[in-house]
Amino acid sequence: MKGAPSHRRAHPTGPAVIRADRLEVGFRSKPVWKDASFEVGRGEFVAVIGPNGAGKTTLFRMLLGLHRPLAGTIRVLDAPPRRGNRRIGYVPQRHTIDNETHIACETLVRLGFSGTGWGPSFAIRAEREAAADALRSVGAEEFANKSLGSLSGGELQRVFLAEALVGNPDMLLLDEPLSNLDLRRSRDLVELIHGLVRSRNVTTLLVAHDINPLIECLDKVIYIANGRVATGAPEDVLTSASLTELYGVPVEVLHDSRGNIVIVGGENPHEREHA
Amino acid sequence: MTGFLPPFSWNLFTDLRYMWQFAFMRNAFLAGTAIAIVAGIIGYFVVLRRLAFATHALGHVGFSGAAGAVLFSVNPVYGLLLFTMSGAGGMALLGRKAATRDIEIGTVLAFMLAVGLLFLSLYKGYDTEAYSILFGEILAISDSGVVFIVEAALVVLAVMALIYRRLLFASLDEDVAEAKGLPMLGLGLTFMLLLAVAISIAVQVVGVLLIFALTVTPAAIGVRLTTRPLYAVVVSVLVALFAVWVGLFVQFYAHVGDQQFPASFFIVTIAFALYVAVRVGQALSGWLARRNAPPARPGPFARSD
Repeated sequence: MKGAPSHRRAHPTGPAVIRADRLEVGFRSKPVWKDASFEVGRGEFVAVIGPNGAGKTTLFRMLLGLHRPLAGTIRVLDAPPRRGNRRIGYVPQRHTIDNETHIACETLVRLGFSGTGWGPSFAIRAEREAAADALRSVGAEEFANKSLGSLSGGELQRVFLAEALVGNPDMLLLDEPLSNLDLRRSRDLVELIHGLVRSRNVTTLLVAHDINPLIECLDKVIYIANGRVATGAPEDVLTSASLTELYGVPVEVLHDSRGNIVIVGGENPHEREHA
Repeated sequence: MTGFLPPFSWNLFTDLRYMWQFAFMRNAFLAGTAIAIVAGIIGYFVVLRRLAFATHALGHVGFSGAAGAVLFSVNPVYGLLLFTMSGAGGMALLGRKAATRDIEIGTVLAFMLAVGLLFLSLYKGYDTEAYSILFGEILAISDSGVVFIVEAALVVLAVMALIYRRLLFASLDEDVAEAKGLPMLGLGLTFMLLLAVAISIAVQVVGVLLIFALTVTPAAIGVRLTTRPLYAVVVSVLVALFAVWVGLFVQFYAHVGDQQFPASFFIVTIAFALYVAVRVGQALSGWLARRNAPPARPGPFARSD
């Protein structure tokens, strides 16, 4: 397809680590989206795209075992979703941390490693090493002793990523890590995440508002809109025909000379306009 | 205490030995020590979970409990515990956000204070009882009172030692902790109940109105001085201990003419002075650092990362 990036790695899809079959998701029997069947293979980098309130975070909460599907089945890493799955690293959209949180970054990453333990910790050396490894892998070792409240948005996202990576998970769920970052820092973070996905073969789902900073690295897009879910390679999903069918109203996907796309129509068209 | 003026010498050892001859001073030090340790630790999580106002309000809820207990001739501690634990449990069950809602909490606070006022007005010994609940009466703690306080403190410490890491994780990064399988409601409820116990015993030292000074101020100092939670807790405990010990000592010896002063005044004043000193010290060192730093020359495309 014209405009589609050509330097994406030829990715042999690994065995499926997420399998959704006729899934219906929502609250109190009011479905947010339904009839979704898709698979995500091991080591795939997947963007979850869609308007506000489409149910992107709900998908994550379901994968984390915090939310039950209304109908259909879902399997994560060869098992039904369950809370406290150590093989999944999670960066939520919402954080309790703000610029008044006077706690060292290393403390947060260590809690990601052993924060669910009872009593005092006796494996301090192992904890320290794990935290240092995780911080190094996201290039945040120099903030280890800085307080969380003193970091910029981009730095903070890297520390959250380290917190999610600290137990060497097989899957990463990143909820809107790019929101509040300017375009250049978005691209830096995407580059970092992409590197981690490829070097660790960690299956990664990333919720984003804007697909453009991601489009060159993605293996798959899960597009949630209008109560429905479309899944596939970006060049198959992000087309006028596919999105028109998803939304049920005319939608047009425009490409610029550098491969950026603009989606016009659908819900909140202005929100999605992006160069 | 009025009319009795202990002799002060510049030999601290003699002073301490003289002071600790008195059972009421030994009781005050024992109870004060237990309370300072508990308040210092619990206070760290009060600051981290932004529960300062909720803590203040729980003190007032405790006021009506204590006043009700006095009215019905029950030990005020039981009234304090019953009311603070009910209030704290209610806040926990309404969710973490509920405990940070200033307006709702303030409304309940005012009502509880009014109920306490009614209880006290129905009781004949109005003045002294009200005074000791509102401002604390550490010099009047009985032997059995000390035993109760130490036991309650040990329970709080044991539970805190057990849940410390989980509570820290749940307080610092709620959504991740929940996804990792921590029971958020259970942890929140446990902490609020521990907070209620801590408040109920601390009220006996500094009273309902000054509860902030022991449960929040030392922790606020700890949080400012270090980014490591464990060190911050240690600083917080040390500050609370220092305030209580020095406050009691000064109260024992200080007088103007034959006028003596309340212990809570000294305890709260010492905590306040330390807080001010830390804030001023940090402001000064920040100012000096900026003055001595090479002038920054941010270009139009300077990285802020």
